[in-house]
Amino acid sequence: MNKLDSKVPTGNISEKWTNHKFNLKLVNPANKRKYTIIVVGTGLAGASASATLGELGYNVLTFTFHDSARRAHSIAAQGGINAAKNYQNDGDSIYRLFYDTVKGGDFRAREANVYRLAEVSGNIIDQCVSQGVPFAREYGGLLDNRSFGGAQVSRTFYARGQTGQQLLLGAVASMNRQIDLGNVKLFTRREMLDLVIVDGQSKGIIVRNLITGEIERYSAHGIVLATGGYSNVFFLSTNAMNCNATAIWRAHKRGAFFANPCFTQIHPTCLPIHGDSQSKLTLMSESLRNDGRVWVSKFKNDMRHPNNIPEDERDYYLERKYPSYGNLSPRDISSRAAKEVCDEGRGVNGGDAVYLDFRDAIKRLGKKVIEERYGNLFEIYQTITGDNPYEVPMKIYPAPHYTMGGLWVDYNLMSTIPGLFVIGEANFSDHGANRLGASALMQGLADGYFIIPYTIGDYLASYKPSLVETSHSEFEKVENQIKDFVKRILSIKGKRTVDDIHKQLGRVMWDKVGMSRNEKGLKEAITQIRELRDEFWRNVNVPGNDNDVNQTLERAGRVADYLELGEIMAIDALERNESCGGHFREEFQYEDGEAKRDDENYSYVSAWEFKDEFKWELHKEKLVFEYVKPTVRSYK
Amino acid sequence: MTNKNLNLKLKIWRQKNSSSIGGFVDYDVSVSPDASFLEMLDELNNKLESQGLEPIVFESDCREGICGTCGLVINGQPHGPVPKIATCQLHMRNFKDGDTIWVEPFRAKAFPLIKDLMVDRSALDKILQSGGYISSNVGGAPDANAIPIPKDVASEAFDAAACIGCGACVAACKNASAMLFVAAKVSHLGLLPQGQPERYTRVERMVAKMDELGFGSCTNTYACEAECPKGISVKFIARLNKDYIKANFKSKSYDLVEEFNA
Repeated sequence: MNKLDSKVPTGNISEKWTNHKFNLKLVNPANKRKYTIIVVGTGLAGASASATLGELGYNVLTFTFHDSARRAHSIAAQGGINAAKNYQNDGDSIYRLFYDTVKGGDFRAREANVYRLAEVSGNIIDQCVSQGVPFAREYGGLLDNRSFGGAQVSRTFYARGQTGQQLLLGAVASMNRQIDLGNVKLFTRREMLDLVIVDGQSKGIIVRNLITGEIERYSAHGIVLATGGYSNVFFLSTNAMNCNATAIWRAHKRGAFFANPCFTQIHPTCLPIHGDSQSKLTLMSESLRNDGRVWVSKFKNDMRHPNNIPEDERDYYLERKYPSYGNLSPRDISSRAAKEVCDEGRGVNGGDAVYLDFRDAIKRLGKKVIEERYGNLFEIYQTITGDNPYEVPMKIYPAPHYTMGGLWVDYNLMSTIPGLFVIGEANFSDHGANRLGASALMQGLADGYFIIPYTIGDYLASYKPSLVETSHSEFEKVENQIKDFVKRILSIKGKRTVDDIHKQLGRVMWDKVGMSRNEKGLKEAITQIRELRDEFWRNVNVPGNDNDVNQTLERAGRVADYLELGEIMAIDALERNESCGGHFREEFQYEDGEAKRDDENYSYVSAWEFKDEFKWELHKEKLVFEYVKPTVRSYK
Repeated sequence: MTNKNLNLKLKIWRQKNSSSIGGFVDYDVSVSPDASFLEMLDELNNKLESQGLEPIVFESDCREGICGTCGLVINGQPHGPVPKIATCQLHMRNFKDGDTIWVEPFRAKAFPLIKDLMVDRSALDKILQSGGYISSNVGGAPDANAIPIPKDVASEAFDAAACIGCGACVAACKNASAMLFVAAKVSHLGLLPQGQPERYTRVERMVAKMDELGFGSCTNTYACEAECPKGISVKFIARLNKDYIKANFKSKSYDLVEEFNA
């Protein structure tokens, strides 16, 4: 019995969203204020959804664990946001952005969702400009574009190397306006710890007040999760220190299916690891690959200074292997190629790093132009490493960055629990097995500004859900479970710190569920994760108590969830006997090492249902490609 | 990178909560020069936790200098001795073996202390929630290229918009003034054509809110610019003052017209 109904509308792909919008039920303007909607998270998706739902007149309650909405990790996105504006007259169109995204995702995304994303992409830029987002401009005053991986057109809008910051500040400003007008109420320093379901519908959330430690209850007619991705399962990732999977994971354990958990993106251009005390990895924007050339020595363990390695002894391996996309090959392919040359011993000084070199670009364009384009990124690099990238090539290495997987949602972005919507990186919907650069910002804002405001109205008008009082026995029950969970963690008083266990989990995930995977390693990973989970619950030490600021307790709860999520990531990777996008199974590759997809057997979304303590049932949503016919994804 | 570890003495402010009395506590650490300042505190906290002791509470998130969550006063300077970076970007190679380092929270009347090095900076958001935006509903925006904006104007607006909301300007100011923070937002939006309709009401409302929340006055010491991790210029404060004066005239003359009409 298939429990998954994607609700993709019928008709031509270019008319699906228009027709669907017409068919969606509307809530009368006067009735909107009678509906309360909870939004969890204030990144691009959450802030834009809160703002827009507030504009429509809903009563919005927005939650963030940060002290301020503006801290959400969307703020750190550097490079840009894609939109099919065709301002460059280089042949871009909605269809081309749709095509590139489906292909870039290695044919594991839902066509209708991707088309809609491309369709609203232009409106996002319009909206952002009207809010005062200071995008880069040309001398004539019109908007400038740059190129990103996986595309042969220039469709990426940017604001220096701080595009995410400017887009988020725009969305948060719109939300602030709704706070000013009284339509949105923002609750900061609250972490969602559970979801309350009454009669099969999402009715509320349980949060912990991170200052007082109090457990609080909130109820609503509909709930929107916009809580981001789960790359921090790897411990070291480009995610912020506090990014976590707790909200989506606890919702998963209450019945929301988790889709494609093994689809994780390893970003090719991050700073290499400096040592054991490393707390996170820093991304260097993909935009650097517009002008930087990636290379390693042709010889193993070459200890020479990079500037002393002559031209003919350098291997520009991306340009060599993928001549038509070269240094702008998609992320999964570039990352794997870096791993390959480093595994051969040809990395920087024989280690895990490759060069990203601006020598030729500086020669061609002059230092001033390079400084204008990437000045702040070069500064960041120099601050962290102490090297000057104008003179010495950057050293980079891949790192966990983005998770394409997430809670399963239908075309309306509703999960398998009625009334629970999931937007942005937290859902699985648009990127398939690999996300293209500058598409995360696009998806977050598309979901928040242009999709959820329509689809949640349809839910409210069709289901007419009631508001459950927070004194309801179900709220009581869930709150008590959370209180017990907190007490249990605090009472263990074992020997290992939370970070220590998290780092060990991260190593297992990186070695065996990371850039390249195989059956044996995945099976070992599953066993090791289970053992580590047992050890956590026997031997973790969380000092302090629960009625005060307790950052260790916050991290402990998140790590407890990673220790479960890690297992389903490995199970999912083991089940998917093919290589596609970010999921590379060593057993499934062509002779030249390229990923070998199996469309006949694996052209589906894996949606996992949590049955009982660590038993999952797999549901499959078959993917149908009516427009972009799956082919070998070549960037050669 | 196999540089020798640095041995340092840390004097860190610890305080249970806003109503208790705080003080400096000494810690000895040995740290790699390649580690960041916050990674050093992570290591120290991990050691404290492994001894069952409560770790030092401090805030950070992106660790890339953009989210504005982190903020420590290090040896008397907000975000430490290196100019134009946030605390999370400060690396230990900027210190010498044997150094003593003093670590304190951002201190300002409008930033009440929560615990140890963690303070409440929500007053900054309250200012932004008093008009610090352009009113533009989703659905009504014209094409993004409909209004060309000269490159230098967009660029100057960006310089102001680069503020990360960390509050270092307030912590650096002897009056705990938020003028640079407010000026940055007023200028970002006031420079752009989209921000013109609300330009003068915006500056009046934001300044009124700033005063209401207990931030001090600006006496032009420029300490804010010196400590700003994004190097936001005090010229924006001049811009704010200009707009504020104009706004006063405008609302006054508006009142006169109202009076006349009545």
